[in-house]
Amino acid sequence: MTLLSIEGLGIAFGGIKAVHDVSLKVDPGEIVSIIGPNGAGKTTLFNMISGIYQPDSGCVLLEGEDVTGMAPFRLASRGMSRTFQNLQIFQNMTVLENAIAGFHLQERGAVLADLLHLPSSRRRARAAEAGARALLARVGLERAADREAGSLSYGSLKRLEIARALALRPKVLLLDEPAAGCNAVETEEIDQLIAEVAASGVAILLVEHDMKLVMRISSHVVVLDQGEKIAEGAPAEVSRDPAVIAAYLGSEEAAHADG
Amino acid sequence: MPRLSAKSATLLVLAALVVVSPLFFPSGYYYRVGALIFVNGLAVTGIVILTGYAGQISLGHAGFAGIGGYACALAPVHLGLPPALAAVLGVLISGALAYLVGRPILRLKGYYLAVATLGFGILVSMVLNNERQLTGGPDGIIVPDLGLRGLLKDWGLNISNGEFWYFFCGIALLIGAWIALNLRQSPTGRALRALHGSEIAAQTVGIDVARLKLQAFVISAVYASVAGSLLALQNKFITPDVAGFMHSIEMVTMAVLGGAGSVLGAILGAGVLTLLPQVLTVFAEFEQLVLGLVMMLMMIFLREGLLPSLLRKLRGRDE
Ligand SMILES: Nc1ncnc2c1ncn2[C@@H]1O[C@H](COP(=O)(O)OP(=O)(O)O)[C@@H](O)[C@H]1O
Ligand SMILES: [Mg+2]
Repeated sequence: MTLLSIEGLGIAFGGIKAVHDVSLKVDPGEIVSIIGPNGAGKTTLFNMISGIYQPDSGCVLLEGEDVTGMAPFRLASRGMSRTFQNLQIFQNMTVLENAIAGFHLQERGAVLADLLHLPSSRRRARAAEAGARALLARVGLERAADREAGSLSYGSLKRLEIARALALRPKVLLLDEPAAGCNAVETEEIDQLIAEVAASGVAILLVEHDMKLVMRISSHVVVLDQGEKIAEGAPAEVSRDPAVIAAYLGSEEAAHADG
Repeated sequence: MPRLSAKSATLLVLAALVVVSPLFFPSGYYYRVGALIFVNGLAVTGIVILTGYAGQISLGHAGFAGIGGYACALAPVHLGLPPALAAVLGVLISGALAYLVGRPILRLKGYYLAVATLGFGILVSMVLNNERQLTGGPDGIIVPDLGLRGLLKDWGLNISNGEFWYFFCGIALLIGAWIALNLRQSPTGRALRALHGSEIAAQTVGIDVARLKLQAFVISAVYASVAGSLLALQNKFITPDVAGFMHSIEMVTMAVLGGAGSVLGAILGAGVLTLLPQVLTVFAEFEQLVLGLVMMLMMIFLREGLLPSLLRKLRGRDE
């Protein structure tokens, strides 16, 4: 059974089809990349999969079960986790607290225990903090743990979001441009991290503009243009596809191919 | 020396204030003012949980104070409950009502939520004003004595009425602050602050945003209810003003002025806004005018609230 399978997903805003009839599958350990020019509908697709938008048509199957339009917090407890292209950081909290928030499903418990600071509440909080510190170390942010999240650089915030998303121990992870705004070294680190996470058996759906990164780590590439899937296949196949070159690589070649 | 946690520091400062302040009271009257500050501080601590932590606004929380207050007036007479249990009944009713009202209206955001909660407060206030048979209407109603001071006297502890309520409310405030500070660093409190920061991100880490907002609303309603009960019991009298619009606004103003995100800050705000009118009586007919001006200036120059702004300034100087 496929872990995540999307069938004929579509949505329109004010009559304009942002995404139309898109299908794809991701299995554990796979990295499926979605590429396409700006405005192609990649983020919108993520928003439908993760329950933020209700699709007009099609369905999302998670472990064979129809979860179309299910609230994001319920999808989270079923093993779906994601990051955002436009950062969604808890700016009012420290870096450590942001990471701990990712452990919400593991650390939550009786409210009364929390109000009275009972041992059970302290135990849950301690376990989450230890997990969060380990994840911050994994993305290289352990030294920033006690800083206000708002004071971090863009690239660090991207990594903080990945740490928070990993805290859920997801079965499927949606990454929306995780390397955007990161320098070459940071991109390299994120590349490694994604490969490691996939190797541990997580199904990964990746949106990324850095073509070198995409070509290097993807098991499968899906190309969107103006809301429609125009090609898919192995990275090497897709990069030779004339329709893809025309729609995407052609226009952005200068920016990405030789960088 | 190990650094004090913010929680211990806050509780120590509060406890010290409660114990030391009476040494400087020029007259017994100030015990009353002190008790009033503590009661307001307790209600405002509830606002810290709802507004400071969870980022939700309520302009109707005086409604819950009204329920807590009138429970102490009515339950002893009509249900034969001792006043202390009447306060507990008030808490149960306030909590249940907050749950019922909160479910539909907490879906609203920002000023829509403000107007909906405002409506709730007005509703409670209208019922208290109009049900004369039961509540005595706008003239108010007598509240029976708590009876605890009599008990203490039997045990050999003889203190004045003013002193009794001062320390009783002081202890209540300390307990309320302790609970709010516990919550802040707990998994639930973290989830509340997370949804304040970004509801979308909160949802994607599995936080049931609607449920958590409701929990914060109910908890803060309980604070307001207890504050209303304490006010009624110490005055031995209550009028519908306790549930009025102005009282709701006062709670939010105190929290925001002092620093809604910080328990100590909000209590400080309660202290300042309770004391200011007393101090400003020297301005006679210009009292209200000066009060308004002071409030505006505080918000312009201490935008994050009194305490957080001052702390930031102090820290800035250290570095
Ligand atoms: N909430 C929305 N309301 C209206 N239009 C939207 C909304 N979300 C996305 N769109 C539109 O859908 C299209 C696809 O956008 P998006 O998914 O962000 O593209 P990509 O992530 O591939 O750059 C764009 O034309 C965008 O303006
Ligand atoms: Mg996008």
